Amino acid sequence: MIDWLVDPLTHGFTVRALIEIALLGVTSGAIGCWVVLYRISYSAESLAHGMFPGLVGAALLGLPLMLGGATGIIIAGLLIAVVGRLSADAADTAIAVVVTSLFGLGVLLALSPDSPPGIQALLFGDPLGITEGQLLVTALLGATVLAALWFGHDRLLAVGFDGDAGRAGGPSPGLIQGLLLILVAVTVLVGVQGLGNLLVAAILVGPAAAARLLTDRMKPMILLSAGIAVLSGVAGLYLSFHGRVAAGAAIVACILLAYLSAAFLAAAKTRLVRPTRKETPDEPVTQLV
Amino acid sequence: MAEPAIAAAHMSLGYAGRAVLRGLEFQVPTGSRVGILGPNGGGKTTLFRALTGEIEPLSGHLEVNATTATVAQTDRSRLDYPVSALDVATMGSLARLPWWKRPGRAERRRAREALAEVGLAELADSTFGDLSGGQRQRVLIARALTADAELLLMDEPFTGLDTTNEQRLEELIDSLAVKGRTVMIATHEVEQAERWDLVLCLNGEQISFGDPAVAISKPVLEATYGGHIVEIPGQPELGVLPAHHHHHDEGHEGAGQ
Repeated sequence: MIDWLVDPLTHGFTVRALIEIALLGVTSGAIGCWVVLYRISYSAESLAHGMFPGLVGAALLGLPLMLGGATGIIIAGLLIAVVGRLSADAADTAIAVVVTSLFGLGVLLALSPDSPPGIQALLFGDPLGITEGQLLVTALLGATVLAALWFGHDRLLAVGFDGDAGRAGGPSPGLIQGLLLILVAVTVLVGVQGLGNLLVAAILVGPAAAARLLTDRMKPMILLSAGIAVLSGVAGLYLSFHGRVAAGAAIVACILLAYLSAAFLAAAKTRLVRPTRKETPDEPVTQLV
Repeated sequence: MAEPAIAAAHMSLGYAGRAVLRGLEFQVPTGSRVGILGPNGGGKTTLFRALTGEIEPLSGHLEVNATTATVAQTDRSRLDYPVSALDVATMGSLARLPWWKRPGRAERRRAREALAEVGLAELADSTFGDLSGGQRQRVLIARALTADAELLLMDEPFTGLDTTNEQRLEELIDSLAVKGRTVMIATHEVEQAERWDLVLCLNGEQISFGDPAVAISKPVLEATYGGHIVEIPGQPELGVLPAHHHHHDEGHEGAGQ
């Protein structure tokens, strides 16, 4: 058992992968709570897929991946914003068209004859191939995102609660939502290094959705979500190391397992604790519990 | 008399240069309860937006000598949101704090006081979504109190409340006014508006304003609701027959349902 746990730690690449996934887990677990509460999971996934041509372009030109990813995500974000605004009635359809087109463009580039090997890592991630430089980038950007979330916590909470409705000299909802989307974009950018273009949305949404099922308060939700993300990430890496399966996929499988467990726990708790909960009775439910 | 909480003169309000509410001419003394009557789309929301400073008058003059907060209808807030009553009440402090400051212990203490003021001290730590409609409404009022609002704009706060909660909310409004807060309440119940200090009847323009005993009359209500006022047998209040019968759901906008 000890060997099972210690063995991976004797290799530099697994240690780097563990650190990377822990950093990413904390960051995306925390911001994921806002993604879930603001109901922008689809936007987050769109950003991840839409940046693909940027990543492939960088790989083809031999530029740093982060540079290509950043360019790709800015272009994707702008296109999504413009198209969403042009066709307000069918914004989700328009966004889907833009995102799949961008993704298709990326695939076209990736399948070109002069594409370097390892383009697969852009899709599914390669946590075991993380360099020290990439770790540093993850740490710096992750810390920035976390600091911004800590700083803006109360304003995010207020705007998500009822936006404009309770406003009186408080924060501007548009500004807060815009800033949140930028932070999500930064997190996606960071996460793509480890989990790839297709799987990064899982660590952004899964742990937060699981945490929401287990608590009715924001701060515990953020802590739980970060904890679930880190644990799933570490468990996935061990699974990958010992079971010789793809790391990214193993991590996503662990996140899914965590979500299902949370759903099971929540269902069991509802049955045990609140056997006769009714639809908003006029006296508080809390007094019954 | 001290300076009024609100003074509107020759004011018209609207969006993109098009007026939706004309001829506003009224003064509201501090500490009064003002009922606002009018059909949906009659301009109540627009007036509230002007009072919070969200929109500027198209013409005329508006003076608001009070910090203002809106108390929205509770169905606009999210019940699936992971917050306690105290969390919601604390949000009010963001209106007072500079953007770089987070609410701390002092703000939470103020929020607890506000919850006590609306009679919810014991439920401060309950999940907002688990509270009843009447309790949620009072939490939103507590949030306005935490914002130190001197003028509270309530958007149909009685919608969906049962008689007990309705009574409790009316008492709360009375006590807020006694403490010197000005309260404007959009309502559909004429009888309720008659109990407050002032009434403002709106329907695209100011129909009447003043002491309800004088300002509410059958012609005023007809002009306000654009329908025919009828006396409902066996009921003290008046009912409104909507002018457009093809709109079936318009009936519930009428007074004295």
